[in-house]
Formats: sequence, C-alpha cells, structure tokens
Amino acid sequence: MTDTAPNAPVLAADGRPLKRSLSRALRVQKMRALALIAPLLIFVFISFIMPIGDMLFRSVENQIVENTLPYTVQELSHWDGKSDALPDEQTYQAFYFDIFLAAELKRHTRLGSRLNYESSGMSSLFRQTGRKLDDVAKDYRKLITDFDPVWKDGATWLALISGGAGAEPSGALYREQLLRVGALNDMKLKDTSDFEPSTQIAQILPITTRNFTAQAVVTELVDNKDLTKAKPVESLYLALAHDLTTADLSGYDGPFADELRALQSNAALPAPDFTAIFADIDEDWVNLDTWRTIETHSSTYTAGYFLNAVDYEKTPDGIKPLPDDRKILIQLFIRTLIMSMIIMGSCILLGYPVAWILANVPTRQANMLMILVLLPFWTSLLVRTSAWKVMLQQQGVINDVLVWIGLVADDARLVMINNQFGTIVAMTHILLPFMILPMYSVMQTINPTYLRAAKSLGATNWTAFWRVYFPQSIPGIGAGSILVFILSIGYYITPEIVGGTKGVFISNRIAYHISSSLNWGLAAALGTILLAVVLGLYWCYDKIVGIDNVKLG
Amino acid sequence: MSLPIYATFGQRVWYYAFRVICALIFIFLITPILVVIPLSFNAQNFFTFTPEMLSFDPAGYSLKHYQDFFSNNEWQRSFKNSLIIAPIATIISVSLGTLAAIGLSQSHVPFRRGIMAILISPMIVPLIISATGMFFFYSKIGNFMEGTMGLDKNLVGYIKVILAHAVLGIPFVIITVTATLVGFDRSLTRAAANMGANPVTTFFRVQMPLILPGVISGGLFAFITSFDEVVVVLFVGSASQKTLPWQMFTGLREQISPTILAVATILVGISILLLTTLELLRRRSERLRGMSPG
Repeated sequence: MTDTAPNAPVLAADGRPLKRSLSRALRVQKMRALALIAPLLIFVFISFIMPIGDMLFRSVENQIVENTLPYTVQELSHWDGKSDALPDEQTYQAFYFDIFLAAELKRHTRLGSRLNYESSGMSSLFRQTGRKLDDVAKDYRKLITDFDPVWKDGATWLALISGGAGAEPSGALYREQLLRVGALNDMKLKDTSDFEPSTQIAQILPITTRNFTAQAVVTELVDNKDLTKAKPVESLYLALAHDLTTADLSGYDGPFADELRALQSNAALPAPDFTAIFADIDEDWVNLDTWRTIETHSSTYTAGYFLNAVDYEKTPDGIKPLPDDRKILIQLFIRTLIMSMIIMGSCILLGYPVAWILANVPTRQANMLMILVLLPFWTSLLVRTSAWKVMLQQQGVINDVLVWIGLVADDARLVMINNQFGTIVAMTHILLPFMILPMYSVMQTINPTYLRAAKSLGATNWTAFWRVYFPQSIPGIGAGSILVFILSIGYYITPEIVGGTKGVFISNRIAYHISSSLNWGLAAALGTILLAVVLGLYWCYDKIVGIDNVKLG
Repeated sequence: MSLPIYATFGQRVWYYAFRVICALIFIFLITPILVVIPLSFNAQNFFTFTPEMLSFDPAGYSLKHYQDFFSNNEWQRSFKNSLIIAPIATIISVSLGTLAAIGLSQSHVPFRRGIMAILISPMIVPLIISATGMFFFYSKIGNFMEGTMGLDKNLVGYIKVILAHAVLGIPFVIITVTATLVGFDRSLTRAAANMGANPVTTFFRVQMPLILPGVISGGLFAFITSFDEVVVVLFVGSASQKTLPWQMFTGLREQISPTILAVATILVGISILLLTTLELLRRRSERLRGMSPG
C-alpha cells in the first residue's frame, strides 16, 4: 500500500508533502514575528542608529574646505606644498572668487574657525580678509563704470551672460554652480530658474560667466529675489577685467560685443594681480604656512580629528604630537579611566557587604533593607546630584557637622566639592545600586549549606568565606563592576556639577566641544573613541553575563 | 544569619562590627535623599541647616520655596514641558515596544540576537554619545520638517525631544515585557484561537490582561527615563522645550536657589510613589502566574 513505500514523501492532511507544509507554516510564523518587530526596528534605526552613524561619519568628514573653496582646492592640487614657492597666480585668482562668494553668504568665518583648530590666527585672518575683499573690486567697478556707464546696470550683465536670442545655453555650468552654492550654504537647491549662461560667453569670459552664474543662483534661489532687478556684485568687475586680458573677442557677435571690445582696448584698465591683492590684504596670504595649512586640511575625509583626540596633529610635514601645553585629551582619557576604576572599586567595597546582608537575612527584613537600596535607585539623578552639592559644600551639611563635633576648625573647612573627591563620592553613591543588585541576585543563589559544610570540615570563618563563598560570588562582582564601569565612563551630569575643573570626565569635554568651542568634528571623534571603549566592555559583559540576563529592579 | 551561642569573643566582635559597617553603608545610601527633605522647608535662602531649624523653632521653617516653585513661571513652564514630553514619549515606546516584544518572544525569529542588540543599544550607549549623535542628526530632521513639511518651529522642537526620549525608553519596555512573556503560557492563546477568537481579540482579551503588569512597569521605566533625562534634551531641545531636570541642571550650575530642594523633595515623593506602584505590580503579576508573593 501507499504508506508502506519507504521513499514516498509523507503527506499532510490536504495532500501536500508534509515537509513543504511545515516550512510554509514556519515561514508564515517568521514573517508574522518580523512584522511585529519591524515598526520598532525602523523607529530605532531612524531615531537612534542613524544619529550614531552620523556622528561616526562626522568624525572623519571634512568637506568644509572643499565646499567653501572648491576652485582653490582644485588649483592647490597642482601645487607642491613642500617647495618654497607660493601658489601660482591662478590659485590666488581662484581663491579670490571663492572667498568672495563665501563672504557674501557669511560662510568664510565658518571655514576660518575650522582652520583655526589647526593653526591659530586663521579665524581672524579669514574674518578680516572677508571685510577687505570689496575694496579692490570697488576700484575696478569705478574704472569700468566710469569708462562706460552701461556696466552699472544689472540688465547689461544678464543679457551679456545669457547670450542673445538663439545662444546655446550651458546647462552643465549652471548645474555645477547650483551644486557649488548648495554645498557652500548647506542647502539642497532645486533648479527653478529660467536663467542659463550661454556656452559661447562661457568660453570667452570663463571666470566672469562662472561667477555671474553662481551669483544668479544666490540671488534667485537663496535670497529669493528677482534676477533682472539685481545689482551686479563688485567681484564681477574684477572678473571681467581679468578675463579681458586674455579674451579673444574677434569671433564674438553676441550682446554688448562693441562695449566689450572697447573695454578691452582701453589701456586704463590694468590686469588685476591677485597675488598682490592678497599680499596687500594681509601678509599672511603670502606666507607659505597659511597655504600649507589649507592644503593639508583640504581633503574630503580626514583622520585629523582622531589625531587631535589623542593629542597628535596633522601638519604639512606629517603627523606630529601636539605641543605640551595643548596635550590634555590623553590625560583626560586616562583620568576618566582611573576615576571610573576608583568609583568601581569603592562600589565593590561598599556593595559587597550590603549585598551579603541582603542575601542572608530573613526575607521580610531583606525586603525592608531593599527599599533603602531601591529608593536612591529610583530617585532622580538631578535630585541625588543636588543633594551631594548640598552635603559637600564648604557651608554644607558635612562640614557643618564636622565643625559642630569639633573635628574641623570653622576657618579650615574641608574642600570636598569641585574636585575629584566630590565626583568620586557622588558617583559612587549614584552607581552603588547598580553594583548591589547584580551581586545580590548572584548571592541569593549561593547555597548556605556549602558554607556550613566547610565549617564542619574545620575551616575558620575566614577560610570558609574566602575559599568557598567568595569564589561563588565572583560572577556577581564581575557583572556589577562592568556595569558600573560602563556607566561611569560615560557620565556627564554629575561631574559637570560637582567635579569643578579637576574632576571632569571625557564626556564633559565632548559637551564642551559641542556647545562652546563648536569643534564638532573633534567632539564626534572623542565620542567615537568612547563608544568603541564602551562597546568593547559591553562585549565582555555579554560574554560574562549575557545580554538576555539584563534585569531591572 | 544569627550568632550561634558558642561563638567566640572575636566572632561576636566581628558580627556586630559587620552590622555597624552595613548600617553605615545604608546611611550613606539614604542620607543624601533624606537631608534634602527638611532643607527644602528652610525659611532662609541657605543650603544648610540654620540654628532655628536645629532647635525646631517653627520660625525656621517655611513653605516659601514650594510657593516659589508653584508661582515661578520658569519652573512651571519646565514642569509643564516635562508633563507633555514624558507621557507622549512613554506612549510611543510602550506601544511600539510591546508589539516588538511579542514578536521577539515567538519561537522562530530570524536574527533574534542581532535585533535584540539593536533594540537595547539606546540603553548601552552612554547618554553623552547618543546626545552627540542626535544633536547632529536631529538638526537635519528638524530642518527637513520645518523647511519641507512647513511645521512650526516650536512643534518641531517638541517632536525632536519626544522622538529622542521615546527611543531611550524602548530598551526598558523591551526588557520588562519580554521578561513577562517568558512566563506566559502559550496554550492560552491557542485555546482562545481554538474557541474561535481572532488574533486581535486573543491579544486584547487573553494576552494583554496577563502581561499588563509587565507592560505597565516597562512604561513606568520609560516614563522615569524621559522625566529624569537631561543630557539629550540639553543637546536636542531648545529653550522652549526646557524640562524640569534641565531647569534643575541650570539652577545647580548657575543661579543656585533653594527652590531646587523643594523640587527635589517633590521628585522624591514621585519616586516613592513609583516604587510602590512597581512593587504592587510585581506582586500582582506573581499572583496571576500562580506564584506566591515573595
């Protein structure tokens, strides 16, 4: 009969092979489970994993130089920073128009502060340069508009660059400038403009066309103004003067061809010397070091922030340690680790007896005592921190009690706050429940008969404890220690309030770079290092205790 | 462990010494919290006990710091912000978290460990790092919501803080609810299905009432996480989203006023309330599962 055939597939009730039916049922079950998890997974991914990824990205990202000075960076790539020659005139020319546009959008100061992390003085150099750039351009405007007032009018420029009827538009150039302004201004710009530069004029007057197009993008899409009514910016006169020195106008028949030829043949219009212009603005611009700094930090991605985070810096001559007076971060990392260890150690010392007594008194008493552990655990962190501020101050409760007892003279009150002592005491108190709870849960499982057996075999109290009880409680100590250590190296609030300057952690430095010094790249690099340390420790925790054994309360 | 009658003198000394040590540690644990309470009734603007207070003179005590808390605009606004942000964040983390915990506790979940690690990560990553990442990323989200979706700036600020707090509360919900589901008898849902209930009815009429204590305690954890959180809100929020812990933090750093102690006392009261609720829930859940309360 059929069911005796040894190789025939076993069939389910509906006649399909049982194996396939089973795997289908399993697949449905898996899909249902995943469908239940998916909303949360997506939520956590967007609101947590992506922010962390963004931080990791920012720790190496360095697009600001390239975004602010795109054409300068291009020119600088031909320059050999190790030679003793300054960058060529081409570079200075590209730099002038780059920084002019950046200054118009007030973005040059941002680049200045970025470069100031690497070489002090850059911030003020960029700020001053931004102010003085206009002067020379104004001279050229006067020269050109005096020669022919038609150049005063924005419509002239728009007609010139757009080309006459039937001119071939250069969409590529427009899109390039759209991206340039977008990157400079941190915006995503959408092309909604009717304006496009003509290909012919772009070949004859390349710099003028490029900068006019960029200006057009700024006017229309950033400032949302009407391009036909806009006044020409000063830098265009300089660009025109520069272009005319080499422009070949012989084949040009577009708008304002005659005016252009007249202007070109005008001997009173000198060719701009951009190197001299910058030498005049600030002598640092004819200093090799300035250019070397810009070149060194012009790459899109940089290891510079990580090097800074471990007290090294990227210099034009390679990677070098920071000067001694700026070396603070390695020391701060070490201090964070040492203080976390001290906090962990004191938590073990204070937590062990408490956990032991909780595990060894009758349940009713243990529950009462447990409240004393859980109440601090549940109390707001800010409450506990403010309580320690109240306790530890020089006019605070502890000092008052000590003076009242007579242990300390009234004029020699102890300084217990705004130093490392304050941080250690307050954080030990705050983290102690995290040590006691895992220890307690391990100690509860230790069978008291072992201890009695050891004693009946002749061990003293101490030997029985040390050789029998203590080894069994080590998993609890391990779990509690790693938990306390992980929590303490990332602590921010408590050290900030009771730590003063000596008792702060690396996290306070991260917060400082985020909110005060605005060196976000360095903050991200420090955060990344801290995250790596914590994940490493957490991996150990998982090996010892297991993720699934994390319990609360 | 009581002392046996045959204990030697040394053992006796150690027995009592050990208990004194433990008592001192318990005092260390509880004193800071207890000290705050009487100081909050101080009639002076001091952070320490005045002679009047020590001699129990009624003139040394007053409710003026509480009055300040309830009348001061800054404090009231931050309190209100906390009461807006924490419940909404809790609802988000509890609803999404419970669903996911039920999914995770099914018998065949692919990548279970990996998913669990991702969902618990907001608890493991130090707050300062989460805050740094969120500071960068949420400003982009905020710009997108203001620019593209045209939302009000203030509303966007609240959304950012609520999102951040919701994600921080999720690990607590996941952990407590999965722990409750471990003890859940699956044959009950099968029995319900057998009698003709659809999955939704089964969930609300059979499963939900049984795991409710776990869900509520997870929710309480999520609530307290948000209600107590200051680092992330400092980085992500703007001044109009100032929460109570933020206000306390600035108070402690800058203009130190004893109103903080009054707030602290109120918060201690709230945490005692929460602790009691949790304990009652634990007992109820054990009773439901047929275990005696321990």
